[in-house]
Amino acid sequence: MTTANATDAIARTSEGAQEMHARAVDGGVEVLREMGSVLRLSEAEAAALGADRGEETEAETTIINMGPQHPSTHGVLRLMLELDGETVLRTKPIIGYLHTGMEKTGEELTYLQGPTNVTRMDYAAPLFNELVFCLATEKLLDVEIPERATWIRMFLCEINRISSHLLFMATNGMDLGAVSMMLYGWREREETLRLLQMITGLRMNHNFIRPGGVAADLPDGWREATLRVLDALPDRLHEYDVLLTNQPIWRERLQGVGEITTEEAIALGATGPILRSTGYSWDLRREMPYLHYDEVEFDVIVGSYGDCFDRYAIRLNEIRESMRIVHQILDRMPRGDYRVQDKKVTPPPRARIDESMEALIHHFKIFTEGFKVPEGEVYVAVESPRGELGCYLVSDGSSKPYRMHIRGPSFVNLQTLPHMMRGGLIADAVAVISSVDPIMGEVDR
Amino acid sequence: MPEPEAPDADEGATTSEPEPELLHGAPVTRSRGQRVAHPTREQLVDVVRALRDEGWLMCLDVAGVDYLTYAAPRHLPEGVEPERFEVVVTLISHTDRARVRLRVQVPETDPVVPTLFEVHPGTEAMEREVFDMYGIRFQGHPDLSRILMPEDWHGHPLRKDDDVGRIPVQFKAAPSSR
Repeated sequence: MTTANATDAIARTSEGAQEMHARAVDGGVEVLREMGSVLRLSEAEAAALGADRGEETEAETTIINMGPQHPSTHGVLRLMLELDGETVLRTKPIIGYLHTGMEKTGEELTYLQGPTNVTRMDYAAPLFNELVFCLATEKLLDVEIPERATWIRMFLCEINRISSHLLFMATNGMDLGAVSMMLYGWREREETLRLLQMITGLRMNHNFIRPGGVAADLPDGWREATLRVLDALPDRLHEYDVLLTNQPIWRERLQGVGEITTEEAIALGATGPILRSTGYSWDLRREMPYLHYDEVEFDVIVGSYGDCFDRYAIRLNEIRESMRIVHQILDRMPRGDYRVQDKKVTPPPRARIDESMEALIHHFKIFTEGFKVPEGEVYVAVESPRGELGCYLVSDGSSKPYRMHIRGPSFVNLQTLPHMMRGGLIADAVAVISSVDPIMGEVDR
Repeated sequence: MPEPEAPDADEGATTSEPEPELLHGAPVTRSRGQRVAHPTREQLVDVVRALRDEGWLMCLDVAGVDYLTYAAPRHLPEGVEPERFEVVVTLISHTDRARVRLRVQVPETDPVVPTLFEVHPGTEAMEREVFDMYGIRFQGHPDLSRILMPEDWHGHPLRKDDDVGRIPVQFKAAPSSR
């Protein structure tokens, strides 16, 4: 903000400016804020650290902006970096460029329309958003959804996890200069998206998981189509191993870069692959199972060094674990209803509307007014590809949520960036951002 | 559908007696089998710190709610005065595999809550979001600035009395492309 008007406006609203200032301006307090509280240093230790670094670098530090239009910031993430030569001293993520007020919008939409809204948050893993919103709604409604719907949900989510991690493989490769990896990643992701399109009708933003079940039954030939994808993937993943995992340049570029410890990750609220990369085995599917994850076999992949390479390897191997889960789901998919047979929650089948007045009324009521949800508040969470995705719903007994809050894993995980980047090179900053795998739609909501 | 919070639900079955359950001095209620504590603003930091030392290591979420137009009962325990704003803190214990939610009442006239930053540094961005959206100030927060809205924005958009506004859309009789 440079103009006098803008500065005035900031002063009038009595809120601080969002930008970061040079260390010389902010002083040791900033170091205490960024480091001391996480590492649990005493105030004296942190102050000493701050003073020390401050004197050394006061004269030559530069503040640069990375983004919001930088290609490797995955959308519209803006980072302010304080640099000493090529070394990153401090980082501040500045977000909000993609803020569209989805939580406010969520208060204006009925529970049936809700998934349309939340699916646009984490656009790389839309089905998880729908799932968590529907699980929260169903908990408020206290309805039991049919077996087949639960297995369909699990099936779609694991396919979605594969596609989300493939997207990470592509962008991670691109960020680090492995451009052919980008093409391979997109290619494989397209296969999984085509499968999702066949089932849900859309590549992304499916709006397929609805309160009470799923929107439609699985189409004919879904099993064969899934098997085609599953059969093709192992060879491709092996290719990635050859191309990246065992390649010395790739390892040099990632190993030991952006390290974080378990204590730091927990203090900062990081979940998902970031927490697991530190060797801490925490996966909600295993630890606090939802759907039928307690009935399928899979391994929770953990790293040991908490660096970018571990986070890459974890995601690569989670694709394999998801494929294992999908194979088991194929074997166990039960027959039955794909949505709950509760006339108040589920719209009647199209054919019934022509012959039954009651069905017509229910259809009309559900799509105009929506179904009423008993008052109360719940927090429900699932393991999205990026970590704990939570939904906090408050209902006042009407057909729209009184408050709909999404705990986005990307939003919280982004706080680990300053920690991972501290003291690293600016070239490694790109690797670190990429390994956090933030989806800005979910960060800004 | 299995309970996402199975351990919590089990506890819920056992506490049906009217004697009020306390969590470090904060009354506890159940909401759909999930444990909810209601500390006051003054108690909040001490309760969270005590819980952290007991193994509730991670603060998952800090959310705000504006109860301005809420007509239904809010299921608050006796002795907790309902206020316009509420700050909802969700903690998780990895050893117990359980979550606990803290609902803190925040009056409209003095929307200030002590920050949890000293206990859980990960609440930094979440508290900024609550401040941005509801105008609830977190006392002691190191960098309480807007996070999602532009820094020169006026008002707090998720408040119920914050008008969303409308952009007038004019439909013209445009020639059809088909």
